Amino acid sequence: MKKTILFLLLVINGLMCSFAQTSTGVEMATGLRSSGKIYVVVAVLVLLFVGMTVYLFTIDRKLSRLEKQQDQ
Amino acid sequence: MNNYWWKVLAVLLLLYSIVMGLLGPVPALPIVNETIRNVYFHVPMWFTMFTLYTISVVYSIKYLSSANPRHDFVAVESVNVGIVFCIFGLLTGMLWANFTWGAPWPNDPKLNGSAIGTLMYLAYLVLRNALEEEQKRARISAIYNIFAFPIMIVLMYILPKTTDSLHPGAGGNSGFGEFDLDGSMKAVLYPGAIGWILIGVWVMTLRFRTRKMEYKNDTATP
Repeated sequence: MKKTILFLLLVINGLMCSFAQTSTGVEMATGLRSSGKIYVVVAVLVLLFVGMTVYLFTIDRKLSRLEKQQDQ
Repeated sequence: MNNYWWKVLAVLLLLYSIVMGLLGPVPALPIVNETIRNVYFHVPMWFTMFTLYTISVVYSIKYLSSANPRHDFVAVESVNVGIVFCIFGLLTGMLWANFTWGAPWPNDPKLNGSAIGTLMYLAYLVLRNALEEEQKRARISAIYNIFAFPIMIVLMYILPKTTDSLHPGAGGNSGFGEFDLDGSMKAVLYPGAIGWILIGVWVMTLRFRTRKMEYKNDTATP
């Protein structure tokens, strides 16, 4: 489920990127983008973020378990 | 009992904002260049802080009318988490300012206002720790919170608009909305902001539940 959503987001993104900005004389990181290396950065950030949220979910679960224990 | 859907929603919204924030189209502006993407991550910190402080003041008012300790717990944990987001906002802002304005902390009304606002909320936590008796602590800090909230709004959002400021959106400087002609930045900023707000509320509920358990433990023991 999550993988398909992620995949869809990447597809949408690729479409949006094809309308990339035209050159206006202001220096932007187009080199980083054209070589494709920016996707490595995106992948690292997504990995970190997903890891952090999985951790949050486990804390949430543990708290729920403790709450149940306490109510008994 | 627990509804996880909004937590999953928060994660999905933030995944979207991270991916699109780095890859989506942005206006090409001098000086800021690619750092304009910081808007997607720096601004939501302040939205989240503001939401949490609002929750806090609502629960402080509720506490004064109900005297239910749970309402006091929500109020204090909202401020606790709100301050964390505020510090993230200040640090990301300083980092950004260092590369675009040339200094991490130019004496700007927007920056000084938010620093005083932060100190005011730190004082709220100090005030709480200074009072021993539970009900007195909850009542006095609730009243303090109700006074602190409007002052925070004036310092952070109203006074900077009345004078010259470097900060976009404050006096004499337009926000990024003006350059975002086709709304493609808003399409990333707002989902991301909602995601961060949900994450902030989520962490607050975790802290609130822990505190509630502690309280139950303390009152249950003979």
